[in-house]
Formats: sequence, structure tokens, C-alpha cells
Amino acid sequence: MLTIKTIDDSNIHQRVYQLNLGPQHPSTHGVMHFILTLDGEVVVACDPHIGYSHRGHEKMAENRTYEQYLPNPTRMDYLSGLIFNYGYCQAVEKLCGIEVPKRAEYIRVITSELNRIASHMIGIMDFVMGLGAITPFVYGWDDREQILDLLEMVCGSRLTYSYGRFGGVRNDITQEFYDGTRRFIDRMRKRLKDYHDLITGNIIFIKRSENVGVLSKETALEYGVTGPTLRGSGVPYDVRKNEPYSAYPEFEFEIPTREEGDCLARYLVRMAELEQSLNIIEQALDRLPPGPIRADVPRFITPPPGEVYFSFESARGAVGFYIVSDGSRIPYRIKVRSPSFSNVFVMSKICPGHFLADVIAIFGSIDVTVPEIDR
Amino acid sequence: MSQLIQLWNTVYAFLGHDVTAGVIGLLILLAFIPLHVVFLVWFEMKVCAHIQLRPAFMEVGPHGILQNLADGIKMIGKDLITPKLADKFLYFIAPIVIFIPAFVGYIVIPFSPNLLIKDINVGVLLIFAFSSLTVLSVLMAGWSSNNKYSLIGAVRSVAQNVAYELPLLLSTMSVVIMTNSFSMREIIEAQSPVWFVVYQPVAFILFLISTTAENNRAPFDLVEAESELVSGFHTEYTGMRFGLFFLAEYTNMVIAASMATALFLGGWRGPFLPGIVWFFIKVYFLIFVVYWIRWTFPRIRFDQLMNFAWKVMIPVALLNLIVTAVVLKVL
Repeated sequence: MLTIKTIDDSNIHQRVYQLNLGPQHPSTHGVMHFILTLDGEVVVACDPHIGYSHRGHEKMAENRTYEQYLPNPTRMDYLSGLIFNYGYCQAVEKLCGIEVPKRAEYIRVITSELNRIASHMIGIMDFVMGLGAITPFVYGWDDREQILDLLEMVCGSRLTYSYGRFGGVRNDITQEFYDGTRRFIDRMRKRLKDYHDLITGNIIFIKRSENVGVLSKETALEYGVTGPTLRGSGVPYDVRKNEPYSAYPEFEFEIPTREEGDCLARYLVRMAELEQSLNIIEQALDRLPPGPIRADVPRFITPPPGEVYFSFESARGAVGFYIVSDGSRIPYRIKVRSPSFSNVFVMSKICPGHFLADVIAIFGSIDVTVPEIDR
Repeated sequence: MSQLIQLWNTVYAFLGHDVTAGVIGLLILLAFIPLHVVFLVWFEMKVCAHIQLRPAFMEVGPHGILQNLADGIKMIGKDLITPKLADKFLYFIAPIVIFIPAFVGYIVIPFSPNLLIKDINVGVLLIFAFSSLTVLSVLMAGWSSNNKYSLIGAVRSVAQNVAYELPLLLSTMSVVIMTNSFSMREIIEAQSPVWFVVYQPVAFILFLISTTAENNRAPFDLVEAESELVSGFHTEYTGMRFGLFFLAEYTNMVIAASMATALFLGGWRGPFLPGIVWFFIKVYFLIFVVYWIRWTFPRIRFDQLMNFAWKVMIPVALLNLIVTAVVLKVL
């Protein structure tokens, strides 16, 4: 007699199950970990877990001099590292009261906007790849490659820059960089048109991102969301405009915002920001003043005792460097407020009710760098 | 030599023409399918690369044509890992089951007027009947792997295949009604002055969309959506077991393209060139279209996929079938 073994399902009452999305998963951009509670394919709860790439960059500051700490901020957010690098320099300059020459400020603006474009390129294309379109991603990397080549000319490295110095930058830009950047702006404007044809006009893309992951203005503000994610929810907050620093007040640019707050809005805000960044670079190149590139700063600085908070806009949102000095050559404490940390936790608020595929889309549209969350 | 010929004659006399032809045909198929898939993968990589403005592999052989052969050999040498908590029997048998329908489908495909293994009078039905087995295998693989991603992939696959089999059959039916035959050969012979794609453009498009969905190709590749499910139902499979899934996917794609060619594009018909060349030109064109779509479009979401099948594809296919029947009756 054939007996068939069956599962005794009389005790099974649980309808939901848990899925570990990450820390090793193709779409979690490194080592992000979400514990999803799923009902079928519908997300009931989303619990982001962080800490997989914690390297202790803040603690490291407490036993090295201000100069020795220069390469560290770059490694927090490796995609917009140059902006972090300058941010740290500006915080220390604010602490010491160093006046930065005009030309250095302009070079900083040009290079950080280039870096912002490179970072947004990855942010946008990763989002699109999360939706399943791989080809735009390759195109985006092509553009990023051009920027990395340009930055390599002036900074010497391609990803983890350490170009900023207290009171200026390491070396002057070359004519080659100047011409190359001009060519890049022309090229990028053409490419943006192509991207709008290839991605923005695609019916599948619109259906996948419209009304998906709607982040309301109130929730965004409650969670301290900043950057394009906040502007996609209709809050026109950008540190470059609201608390101007460096040479940004001298340029004309807009803060693109959208009211919808969904994935499509965040994508469109980033695309619009690319154009604004190109405009800023163009203006800076037009009006690049002559003069020194570095203020007369001693080789080893010793800031006065005190504390300083400096806020700037990275590609992902508002970053804050809080430095406490006890008057020695080594900082007493450095604390970084990083935008991805605030942005990623909004996932637990907006994911429930969406499909598993939407979690990937939402995560991509928020555009998080995992090492920046953990530092 | 003469002994060999004698042996051959004895075997031939014993088995008869049909069986001998069938056995030889199957043996040729066994060699042809993997090699053809190796070529198709190379072709896909090249199409993908040129869409993405890069040359793809160029090192092994001229334009890297031997690269996939080398990859295939490497894959055979890989360890076959079975997860600890897997359902061992189902896990073992799933890759074998998925290969059978892919293999059987080739038997009835007429590559040229003379080159087909067996002309069965229900050839079209045979392919559909066997291709339904694919979903069984996917379900077995997904369930037995004891992995949540695999399970989600398998569940998606079942729903998707059930939904898209209906428009597929309905669109084929409109051709069958026109020819009164299920035989692939007779259908091709009926397309004498004009191809059926002229009479049945709607059915042709429906057929292409549903076969793309049936074969889990993008933008309907939710079963193995790598950005969501790692690689769906075959996440846990390694070595040649994964290779068989891979082989079956590409073989199914060839069968789908061959069927579209035979049903709508006049099969081997075409001027100047021999029939088999025309057949493969059409098949490769359709495969190119599938690749082109895959490397351009994002993936659609699961609910959108089901909505599209039940709310658009099936009503349109039914309407097309009714219109075809009425027009044939009236004329």
C-alpha cells in the first residue's frame, strides 16, 4: 500500500513570512539589509538594518591630525567623495577663520558639481536597473567615465579624491581640463535628451514608478529626509540655496522640485538637477577668476579651541560636519550628519502595502550609499 | 565497411523507415541543441554589447565565438551542490524535466520542405502540450530549493504561464481555423501566395508577446528577475543543473521563434535562397527582436503582467478568433 506523506498544516496559522533582502543581494547597492515581512508578494513591514560597512571614520578622527584626516571624508560617500572632502575642509576653515581665494572656490564648485553629476548618474541608472533595464545603466557609466577622466586630470585619482586643502585646493586646473569640461557639457546636454527619450518616455518605466512609494511632505520632514528625495516631495530645500556657502551665491541656478513624492518625481528631480549642475559649471568656467588657488595657511594647522558646525549639500542631501577642537593639532571629536542615514529609514514608512518589486524601485529612487550610512 | 553496411541494412529492415529516421533525428538534435544554444548565447551577448556600445568578448576565437563553448565546458566541470534542506528528489529531477519539452518541440518543426523529423498531424498541439510541462519543472525547482526567492519565482511562474497560455493558444487557433490543420507542414504549405501575418497581424503580435512571456524573457522575466529575486527559481542550482535550465530557456525561445515563423511568416518560403536558409533568417530575426526588447525595456511588475494578460491579451485574442471565424464562414 502506497502511503503519501503530507504536511500537517492544522497548526499553521501564520500568513506572513520574513524575507532577508540583503545584506548580499544584487540590488541593495552593497551591504544594505532589509528584513521584509511579506504576505505573498505584498510587503507588510520593512525593517532596514545597517552597520555592515561601519569602519569607524568618526572615531579615527580622534587620533590623527586635521591634515591626516583629509582622505577619510571621501571614503564615507565614495560616489560624491569630492563634495565630502571640500565639506570637511570648509568646516575646518570655518573653525580657523581661513579666507579661501576666489579661484579656489570656483574650482571647488566646478569639481564638486562634476562629482554631483557622476553621482546622480549612478543614482538614476541604478534605479532604472532595479526596474530591470540594464542598458541605460551602461550609458550612464559611460558619462560617469568621462567625468572620472576629467577629475583624474586635476585630482590625480578617480574615486577617492583628496584634492581639497585647508584654504584652497591642491593644484590649479589645466587648460586640458578646462576644454574637456566644456566638451563634456555639450555632450551631456545631448545625452540628457537621449535619456529622456529612452527612459522618461518609456511606458513601462512610467507605470513602474508613478504613484509608487509616495513620500508625503510631512513624513519627509519628520524623518529629516534631505536632498533630491525631499525635493521630490515638494520641499524646495537645498543647502546651496538656503544656507549658501562657498561660491554658490554667485551663480544662478534653480532648485527643481516636484509635488508628487513618488519614485518618478524623485527621478525627475535628479534629471533636472543634472541640467542645473551643468549650468553652474558653465557659469563658473565663464567667470573663472585668476589668482592664487590656496590661502597662505601653515602646513600644520592648530585651530583655536571651540566647536563648529558646517552644513553642505552632497548628491544625496544635507551633510553636516560638527568638529570640536581642544586647541591641539588633533580634533577632539568629529561628528558627521549624513543624509543617507535619515533617508533610508523612511523606507519602513513608505514600503508597506507595496509589492516586493516596488521595494527595489523605492530603494533605488531614494539613492543611498551604504558606507555613508555607517561611516 | 561492407559489414557495417550490412549491419545498417539489418537494423533498417528491423526498425523500419520511421523509427530509424526518428532515432537518427533525435541523435542529431541532441548534438545540435546545445551547440545552437552556445551560438545563441554568443549572439545575445553580441547584440546586447552593440546596443550598449561595447564590443563584448573578443579573446577566445574570432570575435569571441568560442567563449561560450569554453564557458559551457567549464560549467560541466562544476560541482553540483544540493542545499541541505532541499527536497532531494524534486531538486534532482526538475532540470531534467525542463529539458524534455524543449527537446520534443524540435521534432515537429519543419526546417525545410524535406528536413523535419516527423510530420505529426497535431504538431502544433504537441508543442503546446509539452511546453506546458515547463511550468511544472519550474515549480518543482522553486519549491524543492527551500529558498524563499526560488519559491516566489516559481509561484510567479505558474500564474504567468497559466495566464499567457490562453492568448497563445487562441492566437494560434485563428491560424488553425484558416488552414483546418494542426500540422506544421500543412500550415506552411497553405501560406502559398501570402504569409498569414498579412491576414492575421493581431494574432501574430499576440503570439509574439505571449511566447515572450511564456519563455520568461524580458520584459516579462519576473520568474528570474535578477534585481528582485537574485535569479528566481534557479537561485540554488549550480553547474550543469543550472546549465540545463539555461539550455531549456534558449531552446524554448528557438521553438517559439520557429513556431512564429511557421505559423505566420511562411516557414521556409522565400525567393532565391534554399528553404532552410530562409527559415533560419526568419527565426533569427525574431530572436533578434526578442533580444532587442530585452536590452531596451525595464521589467513590468507582477500585477501589471497579470492585468495585461487577463484584461487586454485574452479579450483581444478572443475577438480576433471570433472575427476570423465569422469572416471565413461568410466568405
